[in-house]
Amino acid sequence: MHEVITQGFLFPNEIEVHWSLMIVLYPYITGLVAGAFIVSSLYHVFGKHELKPVARFALIAAFCFLIFACTPLLFHLGHPERAFNIMFTPKFTSAMSGFGYIYTFYMIIVMLELWFMFRPYFVRMAQKGAGPRHHIVKEGNHDARFRPDILQTVRPVPAWKRALYSVLSLGVYDVSEASLHMDHKIITVLAAIGVPSACVLHGYVGFLFGSLKSNPWWSTPLMPIIFLLSAIVSGVAMLIVMYAFEMWRKGRPLDGACIQSMASYLWGFLIIDVVLELLELLCMAYEGEESWMTLANLISDKLLVSYVLVQFIICSTIPFVLLGLVSLTKLKDKTRNSFSIISAVLLLIQVFSMRWNVVIGGQLFSKSLRGFTSYNPEFYGREGVLVCILLFCMPFVCIYILNQFLPFWEEE
Amino acid sequence: MDIDRRQFLKQAGCTLLGGGVFISIGQFSPGIAKASQLPPLGTSTPVYGFVVNTFKCIGCGKCVEACKIENHVPVSCFRTWVERYLVTADGAVHVDSPDGGCNGFPPRDVPGIIKKAYFVPKLCNHCARPNCVQVCPVGATYVSPEGVVLVDEQHCVGCSYCVQACPYGARFINPVKKTADKCTWCYHRVKRGLTPACVLVCPAKARLFGNLNDPDSPLIKIFTKERVNVLKPDLGNEPRTSYVGLAEEVR
Repeated sequence: MHEVITQGFLFPNEIEVHWSLMIVLYPYITGLVAGAFIVSSLYHVFGKHELKPVARFALIAAFCFLIFACTPLLFHLGHPERAFNIMFTPKFTSAMSGFGYIYTFYMIIVMLELWFMFRPYFVRMAQKGAGPRHHIVKEGNHDARFRPDILQTVRPVPAWKRALYSVLSLGVYDVSEASLHMDHKIITVLAAIGVPSACVLHGYVGFLFGSLKSNPWWSTPLMPIIFLLSAIVSGVAMLIVMYAFEMWRKGRPLDGACIQSMASYLWGFLIIDVVLELLELLCMAYEGEESWMTLANLISDKLLVSYVLVQFIICSTIPFVLLGLVSLTKLKDKTRNSFSIISAVLLLIQVFSMRWNVVIGGQLFSKSLRGFTSYNPEFYGREGVLVCILLFCMPFVCIYILNQFLPFWEEE
Repeated sequence: MDIDRRQFLKQAGCTLLGGGVFISIGQFSPGIAKASQLPPLGTSTPVYGFVVNTFKCIGCGKCVEACKIENHVPVSCFRTWVERYLVTADGAVHVDSPDGGCNGFPPRDVPGIIKKAYFVPKLCNHCARPNCVQVCPVGATYVSPEGVVLVDEQHCVGCSYCVQACPYGARFINPVKKTADKCTWCYHRVKRGLTPACVLVCPAKARLFGNLNDPDSPLIKIFTKERVNVLKPDLGNEPRTSYVGLAEEVR
């Protein structure tokens, strides 16, 4: 454990920072869920067809992040074995008590949408014939008798896999035109319910902080909106990075219209997000309440690097310029893709530092407004850096595993 | 009345939604919780109160020590502590609380001439509209019938939300029990007719505890004779730990 360095006077119970790195990670992962889901819904509900290449993957990503969204909380709780108290004995005056229900509801929506989306695939795979490996002629080639190179090897689906797909199809094998049409309608409705749910899921996280009048760094009605917008920014940015990575891995080109569209959305949401954050800061400075002197010290000293330098100067300004160029000018494909990916990576760092600055920043000063403490996360501990990295990797492992069973991309 | 099914569903939906919203707003308002939880003054049920007289505190730290022994408070945590205020001629305020004041206060050098010096004991304010009770997601923190804010350590999940919500720094996560912990006004003693440990040991009578429904309580005399104030009254938590001689520097 690093030594805590304090300045000025703190109430004796404030020296330790209670909400650690895990509480930074939790809204970060939740934000990625909300952002990815909204991209998926832009296609399914709002008919943004240019996002079709990533729509299905976005939902998978949202699902995998959602699975691990609450794990940081379990690592943080003093009594994780009592975690379900939040659902069994909720106290509805607490914003936090809604977490279990909102999370579960949203999980159901996402799972249902995924199931309807992949249902035809499950049916096809479950009904695919067994038997030895055989050859079929590649499409478009008819003269196969003397040309083994145009024969495609078809591996039969192993029995266990067919059984798995049968289970996944839940015994519904109707893939008629009418039934698929109905599926499509249901997906649209689910996505439409999912959009406000995603907003609630993340707006609620912002509300947790924004509703605490005890802390002047958190207490603002803008907090849920800022959290929501930064969530969308991080989700879209994560999709750009993952899409680029997947296509690079598969050796396929990026879909220009799709990248262009995501970059434009990212630019728009980034602008609103940063403007709101700056407005909030401006209001605090202009009102100049008693707490402002402390907050000004916090910004200019304790959070100078993570807030001023990383969050605003580097990771907001550069993406703002690059994404502006992508959105407003006609660039070469390679330049556009590079600009978009660089911006997306920087914005992922920006949103993480925003979470850090809110969660940790809000605990670095005393509620007596007379002093500061410090926080250096431990590396190996239960709430340390290593666990944080491992937890953050888990959704990607989950995506990798799902990719063994599900086709993420349209071409598959 | 002529009403078709669609209209009926619409109206029923609106009524349910409206009712739900109305009830939820009531749920979220700590004011309503307050009215239903505390017995009215003037009845036989005791309603406890606590008064700190800052003019009398000598900063000996016996109260902090007694609290630690009585309630098995870990070394690094404090259910109560004492703050020392040194105000210099140029208006600068120097505050400290070494080890929560547990071992008294060694002399301290501050730049400038000290104009004013005093001690302020702190503890949970047992607010009538407590933030900590409002934000606890599992209902582990609650108000007793006598108005004491308590924590059910068998039920607390240790999320620290109450620690964040308390504007006075009165709560901490007990490093041994891994649950929220705070001053209980020594509820276990009070229920047996004893006074809280800190009140018992205070040699200067700077801490007073009593039943606000008892006309002979020393608290009633103080409330009628002295000018008392509470910490951070602007937050609207209505603390029920009151202070005599509370200076403006104290937060």
